[in-house]
Amino acid sequence: MFKKILIANRGEIAVRVIRACRELGIPSVAVYSDVDRASLHVRKADEAYHIGFPAAAESYLNFAKILGVAKRSGADAIHPGYGFLSENAKFAQACVDAGVKFIGPTAASMEMMGSKTRARQEMEKAGVPFVPGTSRGLESLQQAEQVAAKIGYPLMLKAAAGGGGKGMRLVHTPGELEAALEAAQSEAERAFGDREVYIEKAIVNPRHIEMQVLADEHGNTVYLGERECSIQRRHQKVLEESPSPFVDADMRRRMGEVAVRVARAAGYTNAGTVEFLVDQDKNFFFLEMNTRLQVEHPVTELITGLDLVHLQIRIAAGEKLPFGQEDVHIRGHAIECRIYAEDPDNNYFPSPGKITLLLLPSGPGIRLDSGMYEGWTVPIDYDPLLAKLIGYGTDRTQALSRLTRALHEYFVGGIKTNISLFRRILTDSDFQAGKLDTGYLDRLLKAKPPEVRGVDAHIAAIAAGIFATLDPASPPTTGNGNLSVNSGNKTASGWKRAARMEGLG
Amino acid sequence: MVYDVTIDGKDYRLELARAETGWQCRLDGRELQVDAVLTQRDVLSVLIGGKAYEIKREHTATDMHLWVGSVRYLTELRDLRSLRGRKGARADEKGPKKLLAPMPGKVVRILIGEQHAVEAGQSVLVVEAMKMQNEIKSPKKGTVKKIVAGEGANVNAGDVLAIVE
Repeated sequence: MFKKILIANRGEIAVRVIRACRELGIPSVAVYSDVDRASLHVRKADEAYHIGFPAAAESYLNFAKILGVAKRSGADAIHPGYGFLSENAKFAQACVDAGVKFIGPTAASMEMMGSKTRARQEMEKAGVPFVPGTSRGLESLQQAEQVAAKIGYPLMLKAAAGGGGKGMRLVHTPGELEAALEAAQSEAERAFGDREVYIEKAIVNPRHIEMQVLADEHGNTVYLGERECSIQRRHQKVLEESPSPFVDADMRRRMGEVAVRVARAAGYTNAGTVEFLVDQDKNFFFLEMNTRLQVEHPVTELITGLDLVHLQIRIAAGEKLPFGQEDVHIRGHAIECRIYAEDPDNNYFPSPGKITLLLLPSGPGIRLDSGMYEGWTVPIDYDPLLAKLIGYGTDRTQALSRLTRALHEYFVGGIKTNISLFRRILTDSDFQAGKLDTGYLDRLLKAKPPEVRGVDAHIAAIAAGIFATLDPASPPTTGNGNLSVNSGNKTASGWKRAARMEGLG
Repeated sequence: MVYDVTIDGKDYRLELARAETGWQCRLDGRELQVDAVLTQRDVLSVLIGGKAYEIKREHTATDMHLWVGSVRYLTELRDLRSLRGRKGARADEKGPKKLLAPMPGKVVRILIGEQHAVEAGQSVLVVEAMKMQNEIKSPKKGTVKKIVAGEGANVNAGDVLAIVE
């Protein structure tokens, strides 16, 4: 087993991995940028080292600094978390060269899966089902027109190096093709430094369902059930659940077997995820493989009873998978909400700042993976994911009711979060019926939100006065744009105010 | 104590007096017995006629919100004894208005320059945070008197960005 593990990440996932290290009795090493000195992962680790400026390129993406800390601290393995360096084949190779174990797949597997066109060529050889389209980049408009005529409209243009919806265009008619192709190519160039774009048939109202796989370094590969990830905004997942209300045992087995085939074809080791697009007739098509631990891994942990981070570490240390496919059983239902620092009333614009009050949910069937604490200032420099709230139950109905209950207990004050969005999703009849596709959330957000205000306004009025009397330290007068309320002098004016109140007796 | 309270735009007159247990409270002339405990800073447990409420108080850069359960109420409170309260009340429609940064970030664009006319709801400048851009809108019709935070300026939540008169 490893002597010490460096976690090349921040936020809730760094805390998650540090916890696993502690459980396995392995000392953990955190790294932090200038703005993360007070972050939770630094508090929870056994050791922590500063690695530079807030900009990720100067800190969490800087190979030399991270490998330097590994050497200095004596860490013999690096867990990359998700995001940052987790899918960077060059970093995985740099770890090998530095004699440090990268907890994840090999650089070669990552490279194969990192290019969507190359992954597609390899997977076609392995007999993996694909959305009809090209497996090579388009060379010209003429070629695009020929391919488009063959597979039919509507179709999707996609960047070969893509992700996160960049360089993607939906094309409904032949007349739109030329402009869409140019737009997709230039967007791909700007986002990834690579103009390569390919064509796929557009699946109408698809679901996005992914399959968790786990492979050791001795040729054993298993699948751990699917995750329903259709609830997305701007191609970013918001809520995930397992099992999918759409997938039955037979479909799960077929998808799982394909996912294992994908992993084997890529020579894949450690934890990975095979993403599928699923049409309304339950046909599923390979989309891509994520060569890392996923944000949403807890739902799989809850329904399988396995700890994926423990297993990642044990696999990387050379251990064999301690179970086979026949030992994997799915039990119960789990749903995850990604709590983001963003403002639901302002088009989900990020809302960093100081967390002035934090009330946490707990109780039966509730898991909270969080990177925040009361009094912490959420920096503006990184992804706005703060925490993940996961509800577990015997079945979907119970998981839902526990999660809804927990969302009412959860309160984050001082910054805006999307907690209210989840209350809305969980009470929506289509969600409750499991009628989901990747357009679901856009449709929900376009509809008028249900009226929630009103009934307790008089309670709020009474409480406002009692607060002002019992707890005047926070200034009770509100700004309406005229008051100069500055975050920097809030404490000072609060003190002054308290002193004045006391003076008045 | 006498307060003028505005909840989501509706005005209330609140009179509070300490009673033997809890508070004697008169809200717009209606008498209520209220038991209230400040359980921690910004969290109040209120009992009225046996019904229990958990109330959270939250200050943002620009507003105060009270949450009764999971419902948020925009709250303004004026202590009628306070000079500042009397002066501050309802003065906002006239006079200069400050545009405040709703979150920390960087001013990336000025859309309406100084001395130019602006409509209520029109965007004056753009603040970027976490790689997303947010347009800061004018609360009233008038003229952009001053741009306080120019292009490229880093701002904190609550900082004055511009003044519209």
